[in-house]
Amino acid sequence: MKMLTFANRNTKEILRDPLTLFFGLGFPLVLIFLLSAIQANIPVELFEIQHLTPGITVFGLAFMTLFSATIIAKDRGSSLLQRLYTTPLTPMDFILGYTLPIIPISIAQCVICYVAAILLGLSITVNILYAVVFIIPVSILYIALGLLCGSVFTDKQVGGICGALLTNLSAWLSGVWFDLNLVGGVFKKISYALPFVHAVDMERAVLSGDFAGVFPHLWWVLGYAVVLLILAVLLFLRQMKQQ
Amino acid sequence: MDAIRIEGLTKKYKDVVAVDNLSLSVQKGELFSLLGVNGAGKTTTIKMLSCLTQPTSGDAFLNENSICKDSATVKSLIAVSPQETAVAPGLSVRENLELICGVHGFTKDKKNAKISELIGLLGLESISNKKSGKLSGGWQRRLSIAMALISEPEILFLDEPTLGLDVLARSELWDLINSLKGNVTIILTTHYMEEAEALSDRIAIMKDGKLLICDTADKIKEAADTDNFEQAFVRIVKGVEK
Repeated sequence: MKMLTFANRNTKEILRDPLTLFFGLGFPLVLIFLLSAIQANIPVELFEIQHLTPGITVFGLAFMTLFSATIIAKDRGSSLLQRLYTTPLTPMDFILGYTLPIIPISIAQCVICYVAAILLGLSITVNILYAVVFIIPVSILYIALGLLCGSVFTDKQVGGICGALLTNLSAWLSGVWFDLNLVGGVFKKISYALPFVHAVDMERAVLSGDFAGVFPHLWWVLGYAVVLLILAVLLFLRQMKQQ
Repeated sequence: MDAIRIEGLTKKYKDVVAVDNLSLSVQKGELFSLLGVNGAGKTTTIKMLSCLTQPTSGDAFLNENSICKDSATVKSLIAVSPQETAVAPGLSVRENLELICGVHGFTKDKKNAKISELIGLLGLESISNKKSGKLSGGWQRRLSIAMALISEPEILFLDEPTLGLDVLARSELWDLINSLKGNVTIILTTHYMEEAEALSDRIAIMKDGKLLICDTADKIKEAADTDNFEQAFVRIVKGVEK
């Protein structure tokens, strides 16, 4: 109950920020409509709606990292966390309170992207529902990254690192905007050593109904999610002790 | 009866001794001020007493509960109003108070009653539905203190509560703090000498983590051989007592 009160506060803080609505929901929609318009004039297989949408739903989660990192960094900076550390909230309440509210926001973002994709011609199949379910471990990965950054950086640093660097890295290294085979070599190897392209490949496999193709990408996503979450919890507890 | 008993409390950060073997006691219902120049160890002392930081050695007992061994009980007794206003900026004044009630596990009835009481006590009626991030510094300070008081603490830590406030807002906060005297044990840190002198039952002056003197404002002036409290503070910190 105490944790839910804290989680509820975090939900309100995130949803009441107009930038959340723009970047979290508006920006992925703009990308879907824009790239679909380009695809209509200059056909590129990568931007066909059934290829593009899973990529955009994963890319959009980079903003969840930004949201979670920003709220934690701001709470640290404003001493609100310091005040709350003197209340009966436990370390687990803080971690769950920051993580749980962003999962439904991530799902909502994914659903809205698929609704837009359906309007643009994506066939309605049950695989869309599966794709939304499979976005949950991906969202936990991105939220953990935010928890980690928010525990280490100030809110201004978070803006640069999560807002600019991470969104660009997760875009370039995910195979959403260009086929990684076109670059190949070390770039492709680095991309496949990171979780972003695995998340996109997994979502594309789920949407196309190729459930065997979900593996090994799911293991990469889950592995990174678990490691990042453990690291994030450790760093959060460390900054808590450093108070 | 002692609300706080500090025994040899020490905090070291690598080579720096932030608080050095501090021992003192504060009685129930007392308003006790901690004074000192920057880096004297006031905030570190408050952080240790409020279980935010573990002491390197020594211990302190709040209503006989150890800050080292029984921090959960200590946390249920205290509330802190930090130097920064520490409010949730996207929430309204009422929602900020609801947040604190929620994390303390209040029932719905108790929550509503406490919120109405605190909104009345601190005169927050006109701004109760405004976003706290949009409020002036004075209103944010009032909200910050309301958030500290709503959990019905037995011991309240006010870390520079009037920092950055204009004269009127400061005077209003002084009235509020005065009205709490006797009911709640208050530990106040401030840089304003007249504030400490006007509000405190007793005052401790710290320098470089060490306690220099702990007494009433009158006794401190007497010890420094002056009628002016600010002058007494300067003399004691510079080591030129009579």
